[in-house]
Amino acid sequence: MAKIQLNGKKIVLKSKTTLFSLLKKYKLDKNKVAIELNGEIIPKPNYNKKILNDEDNVEVVHFIGGG
Amino acid sequence: MKEDNFTIVNKKLKSRLIVGTGKYKNFKETAQAIKASGADMVTVAVRRVNILDKRKPILMDYLSPKKYLYLPNTAGCFNSQEALRTLRLAREMGGWNIVKLEVLGDKKTLYPDMIETIHSTKILVKEGFKVLVYCSDDPIHARQLEDLGASAIMPLASPIGSGLGIQNKLNISLIIKNSKVPVIIDAGLGTPSEATVAMEMGCDAVLVNSAIAQANKPVLMAQAFKNSVIAGRQSFLAGRMKKSLIGRASTSSKGII
Repeated sequence: MAKIQLNGKKIVLKSKTTLFSLLKKYKLDKNKVAIELNGEIIPKPNYNKKILNDEDNVEVVHFIGGG
Repeated sequence: MKEDNFTIVNKKLKSRLIVGTGKYKNFKETAQAIKASGADMVTVAVRRVNILDKRKPILMDYLSPKKYLYLPNTAGCFNSQEALRTLRLAREMGGWNIVKLEVLGDKKTLYPDMIETIHSTKILVKEGFKVLVYCSDDPIHARQLEDLGASAIMPLASPIGSGLGIQNKLNISLIIKNSKVPVIIDAGLGTPSEATVAMEMGCDAVLVNSAIAQANKPVLMAQAFKNSVIAGRQSFLAGRMKKSLIGRASTSSKGII
C-alpha cells in the first residue's frame, strides 16, 4: 500500500503502482498529460519505471481552454 | 496578391489572427468559434486534471493539436517560478517548445510584472524554448525582451479581458518600428474594428479571446475578427492615402457647366 497525494487529494494505491498504472486507473491518456513527481517532471518513457511510494506528491496536468 | 504568410519561429501561419480558447460556454462552442476564426494557432492553459471525474471531456478531444498549433501559456502565474514550472510541464506534455509567457503583477489590472517576465524570458531562451512574450506597451521593455531572444513581442492593447482597445497607439507604433521580431497585439481588443486598427498600424498579428468568447454570438464574432484582421493587413500593405486638413474634391472641375 502507498498513501500518496494526487493533485492535492490523498489517495491510497496498491503497492508497486507505477505512474503508468496510475494513469490507467484514472483512464488518462499519457499523450495528453504531463506528470510532476515530488516537484520533478517525469519524462513519458519513464512512467513505467517510476513506482509510487508513501508520501509521494503527484501532479497530473493537461491543457485546458485559456487566453 | 502574392501570398502573405505570417511566419513565427519557422512556422508558416495562414492567419494573422491567433485565438484564445478560454471563457466559452462549452467545448463545442469553442471548436465552432475557432474554426470560424480561421486561426491556425490557439492559446491553451495548463491545469490539474480533474481526477474525480474520469469522463469529463477535455479540450484536446475538440481541438486537435494536429490541426491547430497549440501555444501553451502561463495564465494565472504571478512569478517566474510558477511560469517556468508551467511551461516545462507544457513542453513535456506534447513536445511543444513554442510558448507564450505571461507573468502577471497585479490581480486587479492583470498587468504584467516586467521584472519577472524579463527574468523568465532569459531562463526559457537558455532552455531552448521559443518564447512569445506578453508584455507592457513600453518600447524599452519590448526591446530588452527582443535582445534577450524573445521570438515575438506581445504588448497589451489594454488590460486582459477589458475590451478597451488600443490605449497607447504611440507606444505600440514605437514598438512596431523598433522590433525585428513579430509584434502581436495581445489582450484588450474588444471589437473587430480595433483589430483592424492594430493591423493597419503594422502589427504582425493579433491575439483575441474574450472579445470572441464573450460576444452574444461567438461564432459570428469569430468570423468578423477573421475578416477584420485580413482587412487591416491588406490596408497596411496597400498603404493609406495622405491626410489633408482641407477638402479635396474627388471629381475634376475641368469641363464643369
